[in-house]
Formats: sequence, structure tokens, C-alpha cells
Amino acid sequence: MLELAIGIILGGCALGAGCAMIAGIGPGIGEGHAVAKACEAIGRQPECKGDVTTTMLMGCAVAETTGLYALVIAILLIFVAPGRFVDILMQAVGN
Amino acid sequence: MSIIFLLLSVLSFAAAIVIKILFVPASEGIDITGAHVFFTVKLPIQDLPITESQVNSWCVMLGILFLCLFLTSGLKTRNVSVRQLLAEWIVEKTTNLVKTNMGEFFEGFAPFVAAVLGLSAFSSLSSLIGLFPPTSDINITAGWAILVFFLITYYKMKAGPWIYLKSFGQPVPLLAPLNIISEFATPVSMAFRHYGNVLSGSIISLLVAVGLSGLSKTIFSFLPGALADFPYLRIGIPAVLSLYFDLFSGGLQAFIFAMLTMLYISGGFPAEEYAARKKKREERKAARAAVMNANKRESA
Repeated sequence: MLELAIGIILGGCALGAGCAMIAGIGPGIGEGHAVAKACEAIGRQPECKGDVTTTMLMGCAVAETTGLYALVIAILLIFVAPGRFVDILMQAVGN
Repeated sequence: MSIIFLLLSVLSFAAAIVIKILFVPASEGIDITGAHVFFTVKLPIQDLPITESQVNSWCVMLGILFLCLFLTSGLKTRNVSVRQLLAEWIVEKTTNLVKTNMGEFFEGFAPFVAAVLGLSAFSSLSSLIGLFPPTSDINITAGWAILVFFLITYYKMKAGPWIYLKSFGQPVPLLAPLNIISEFATPVSMAFRHYGNVLSGSIISLLVAVGLSGLSKTIFSFLPGALADFPYLRIGIPAVLSLYFDLFSGGLQAFIFAMLTMLYISGGFPAEEYAARKKKREERKAARAAVMNANKRESA
């Protein structure tokens, strides 16, 4: 019975991490748009390539934030949460 | 004399490696445990663990300090050395960057921005010599982000606390809770952005390295004896990933952290209100001085 419970915990954590990383779609699309527009702008005005590239990198980094939140959640779910949950389960079983 | 500073700068990075070799037990295979705790200082309220990231960031700070001393020692006005040209180039570039992004009022921020940029870049790049990069610890980046948050709030309050409080009610007072949340989201997002980028890079590199060693074991299992155990595929291939994650991503995140610092500080500063307040104060001062002068003349 205990094995089943721990298995459910580990599986739930892995599934949760996978679901959290669905958030990676958003920043991917957003950054793709940003880079496409930057390419257009450079094609139109090649002389301001440096400025456009700097601004694009800034925007990409800011757009990446939501993806990184998901990443942090996924990392916590894979490396930190299972140990905590198993500890809680063990305490509950001990009592 | 200047060579001594360069040696000390290299030594402080070497010291971090020596400390790591002495304190961290050798382990086989993969372990993603975060920063190792070297020792714990007993304090009355809560124990203070001295972790790898703290020690490494102090070593990086010492390294940068001695590097700066090396670059700026023996300055001359004629027959300048390459070293001095490099130092002048760094100072000029950061001053220009700060001036174009923050305006004339914040020109004095150039050393702070350069310090943030250098510390962040060197911390991320320290993973190239096998150290635990301090920026992949949330505590380090959160510390920097909190410092930036205090600076932002200080410059927002520069035009008086009432204007600062009133800015939460913009554009409608109903949105005040959301404005307060977004105020606190600034340091959180800055900390998580830097930490997440560096940590994800190191985790992906580690997973790829471990996966490649397993793959090479299955592919080269026909070789006799110890030759089959040697991870051939791990030669060179992880270095390509390191090129992106350590060099490009580390440098880019350092630049972005410094850039966001500048933009947030200068963006939150209410320039018009500050100018109006300054003007009003000067007018009041002038009026008071005029009254005093008149009183003096009367009494004389």
C-alpha cells in the first residue's frame, strides 16, 4: 500500500512538471514574433541593426519570464517536491 | 606591481576551486543538489549556513576587485599601455550606456551598473572553470533584485511620499491592489529570470553529459575491458552546449539584468514632479532669503 502511495506521489510530481512546461509554448511563439519583426525592421533599415538587435534581445528576455516561472515550478516538482511529499506521507503513516 | 594584482585576481578564483576540492566530497555520476553547505555558523535566532554560492560569489568579488586594481594601476597621460586603454574603454562604454538609457540625472549610476554587470557576468562565467555558478542560487540573485527594488522605491519617493502613494491609484483607484502586486513582481521576476536561465543551462548540460556517457557505454560495449567504460561521446559534444549556456546565456543575462536595473530605476523616477518640487523649494528659499535681507536692512 505504501509503495502505491509513493508511486502516485512520484507520478503526480512528474506529470505536474510536464504540464507546467506547457507554458513553454507561449514564450516560444512570442519570441518568434519578436525576432520576425526585428528581421523585417533590419531588412527595411539595415543601418540601425545594432539598436534593433539590442531591443529585441531585451524584449525576448522579458517575454521569457513566464516560461521561466514554469521552469522553476517544474524543477521544484522534480527535485524538491517528491522528497517533501514522501516525508509528509511517512509522518502521517507513523502517526 | 600590477602583475601582483593580476596574480591575486587569478588566485582568488583558484582559491574557490581549492575550497571546492577540499570541502565537497567526490561523487560518482549525477547529483543535482544545489549549493553544498560548507559549514554552519551558530547564531541565536537562526543558524547561518555558509554555502558554496556565498563563498564563490565572495571569490568572484575579490577577483573583480583585483582585476580592476590591475587595470587601473600605473595610469599615465602619455604612452598609454593596452591595459589602460582597456580600462578607459570599459569606463567610457558603461558611461555612454548609462547616459543613453537613464539620462543626465542618473549619470552617477555608471559604477553601480558596471558593478552589477561585471559581478553577474563573472558569476555566470565561473561555471567555465568548474565552479558552482553563484547565479544559479536563488538567494544570490534575489539579494541583487532586492537591492534594485530598494533603489527603485527610493527614486520613486524622491518627489515626496505623497506622490509615490498617489502613483498606486493610477489610472483608477480601483486598480491599487494590482499596482501593489506588480510593484512586488518586479524584483521577483528579475531574480527568477536570472536564476532560471543559469540553472536551466547547468541542468540541461548535466543531463546531456550523463546521457551521452550512457549512450557511449551501449554503443562501444563491444570493446574489451576498461576501453568499453570510457565515455567517448562526452569528449567535445557538451562543450558546444556550454558555449551557448555558459558564454552566450550568461553574458546576455548579465546584460539584461543591468539593463532592467537601469530602465526600472529611471522609468519609475517622476522627473516632472521632482523638477516642480525642486523649483518650488528654491523659490521658497529665495523668498525667505529676501525676507531675511529686508529684516536685516530694517534693523540696521
